[in-house]
Amino acid sequence: MTNIIDTLETAEHPETLRRVAIDPVSRVEGHGKVTLLLDENDHIHQVRLHIVEFRGFEKFIQGRPYWEAPVMVQRLCGICPVSHHLAASKAMDMIVGATLTPTAEKVRRLMHYGQMLQSHALHFFHLCSPDLLFGFDSDVAKRNIVGIAAAYPEIAKQGVLLRKYGQEVIRVTAGKRIHGTGSIPGGVNKNVSIEERDYLLKDIEQIVAWSRESVGIAQKLFEKNLDLYNSFGRFKAHTLNLVRDDGAMDLYHGGLRARDMDGNTLFDHYDYSHYWDVIFEDVKPWSYMKFPFLRSIGPEQGWYRVGPLTRVTQCDFIPTPLAEQARKEFLAFNGGSAAGATLGFHWARMIEMLHSAEQIRELLHDPDLQGTDLVTKGQRQERGVGVIEAPRGTLIHHYKVDEHDQIIRCNLIVSTTHNNQAMNEGIRQVARQYLDGRKLTEGLLNHIEVAIRAFDPCLSCATHALGKMPLEVELVDAEGTMISTLSRSMDGAFSYQNDNLATD
Amino acid sequence: MNNTSTFQLDGTDVPFESGQTVMQAALAAGHYIPHLCYHPEFKPHGSCKLCTVKVGGRTAASCTMPAEAGLEIESDIEELNALRRTLVQMLFAEGNHFCPSCEKSGNCMLQALGYDLEVHTAGFRHMYPDRPLDASHPDILLDFNRCILCELCVRASSEVDGKNVFALAGRGITKHLIVNARSGLLNDTNIALTDKAMEVCPVGVILKKRVGFKQPIGERRYDKRPISAQALDDAPRAPSGAKHE
Ligand code: SF4
Ligand code: FES
Repeated sequence: MTNIIDTLETAEHPETLRRVAIDPVSRVEGHGKVTLLLDENDHIHQVRLHIVEFRGFEKFIQGRPYWEAPVMVQRLCGICPVSHHLAASKAMDMIVGATLTPTAEKVRRLMHYGQMLQSHALHFFHLCSPDLLFGFDSDVAKRNIVGIAAAYPEIAKQGVLLRKYGQEVIRVTAGKRIHGTGSIPGGVNKNVSIEERDYLLKDIEQIVAWSRESVGIAQKLFEKNLDLYNSFGRFKAHTLNLVRDDGAMDLYHGGLRARDMDGNTLFDHYDYSHYWDVIFEDVKPWSYMKFPFLRSIGPEQGWYRVGPLTRVTQCDFIPTPLAEQARKEFLAFNGGSAAGATLGFHWARMIEMLHSAEQIRELLHDPDLQGTDLVTKGQRQERGVGVIEAPRGTLIHHYKVDEHDQIIRCNLIVSTTHNNQAMNEGIRQVARQYLDGRKLTEGLLNHIEVAIRAFDPCLSCATHALGKMPLEVELVDAEGTMISTLSRSMDGAFSYQNDNLATD
Repeated sequence: MNNTSTFQLDGTDVPFESGQTVMQAALAAGHYIPHLCYHPEFKPHGSCKLCTVKVGGRTAASCTMPAEAGLEIESDIEELNALRRTLVQMLFAEGNHFCPSCEKSGNCMLQALGYDLEVHTAGFRHMYPDRPLDASHPDILLDFNRCILCELCVRASSEVDGKNVFALAGRGITKHLIVNARSGLLNDTNIALTDKAMEVCPVGVILKKRVGFKQPIGERRYDKRPISAQALDDAPRAPSGAKHE
């Protein structure tokens, strides 16, 4: 029994258990579902996060000319298209044998930091602040961005404007706010004009200041609820991220660094063009999504965590002063407890947002942005791998292109896939801590969602529901008969059927 | 020769020279009639039917119809524009036109017509035909997914380039573009990048390789001006009064 509760991945006698599903998980990007198996005493035997992932894309792109990939892959995802755009472009840089000009690299970096800013702002303010500011089991009718706008208008406004600024940076560099075409194999197709630069410079000091305040908000939340934040869904994990040659945080380019859960380095500055020598993808019968693992540790224990919490804790320093100061405070906080906490993700995310704002400021003052040397090429290659630190974590694009310029193979490992097992660990931990042996309520189930949201998973679906996604929790007995349902409609209203669910 | 004859187009007098088609005269006089398979440099072909107008209650393709004095022609009327929208919808449904990742986006006549005629819905179930690319040529890509069978490349290759690289084969719904080579592959033809056939495709079938998105979206031909305005710029204008005697 202890053993089962230890893993919670697969129950011993599922046929005797009651099934509860959270489907879809709300306020995450896309479509996900959690299933719980409970016995008659409400003890939990199995917890699984299922992500409905669309893998048809890798097939779809076969036969297409390679220069189409950076534009086509953006359609994978309406949420962080820029990350796919850039990862595919980096892979295609390899295909055309290009070393980027300073202008091309800086325009792309600017685009990437704009994406980071808008994505992190969206996640923290729109998707998570309702849980964090009101409480995980607070009144569900208010626990959304509309409630935040009413109770904390200043915070809501900053969130909206931070996001909008990031989108403007993307528009200027990529040509459009979403699904632009700025980055092409070997470079970019436009620079940043003086007018565009001045337009962005106008507000950048305010954006840096707000990003700083946002770090403060994340920190205060942690301080105020120290015990909860420290322990909520906490688990130890190996880590994977990109770092610059000198060990600095670099969200656009670097070598791979992996450390085990005790902080020992497994590999460092590893050339990602051979990532498959250190990372492998496992398949599990109950999920469509792959489970990548570190080869040196093996499929059972080799899963790892990517994303803001990993990047902020595993880099040697952040190369912008305000974010570096914030990183030091984060690591020193309460003896380092935040650095290992699942809810430390939010704080780390805000540090990255600050870093991105500082990077944007630095780049906007760089005259290379107005350079006219935009594209280069060199010796053609057959294989291209592009890796980038996307808002949600390491993103790998891998292509093989034949001598006719057609893509013949494609493999993508997206951030959320890297975090697949880590998210499962997080929710199992929460199930153990808060749900086991208790009557389920909406508030308790939301604890599971809070843990998932900490990772900011992007569940490959264009649905952009901002806390209004319909949610349905079903209790089904061993024979498959529906015992009760708890549902939330699009407008956020809850309805219960049956008294199997307590109402707090 | 009578050079002062006119016909009426949507109630306006349009002057024409003998031998001109209704389309030629209309464009030259600054009146746009939607078209796809018509190209000012080629003999009209009359296959897409987008240029259909009404003359005395009957419909006719304006690109092939000789201009005649006194004709009363209707073109920009909702009845015809609705039919044109349907034709564009059918062309979209017949091929695989994935504008968001198409490198011709912004330079494509079909897409531009879709915008100009305000085609807002698919209208028909997409047929998703299976049409593999021909990437055999080192510098030229053929993406048959987008072919609308206008035969401009066929005409350009034979009439201007003197090569006959392209032809149409099959009938009805199985009609398709082929390459005149025993292997069926473009690499086994004598096409060259400088050929006229490389310039004329109104959609994204005949492409110079490795160009892709070098020109930013937003700065392309039909991004700047709608096709109805652009087509008038391209039309050969009779220098006013040139041939009057
Ligand atoms: S390839 Fe282009 S020019 Fe040739 S028939 Fe097809 S659409 Fe017309
Ligand atoms: S333009 Fe007249 S039929 Fe095509």
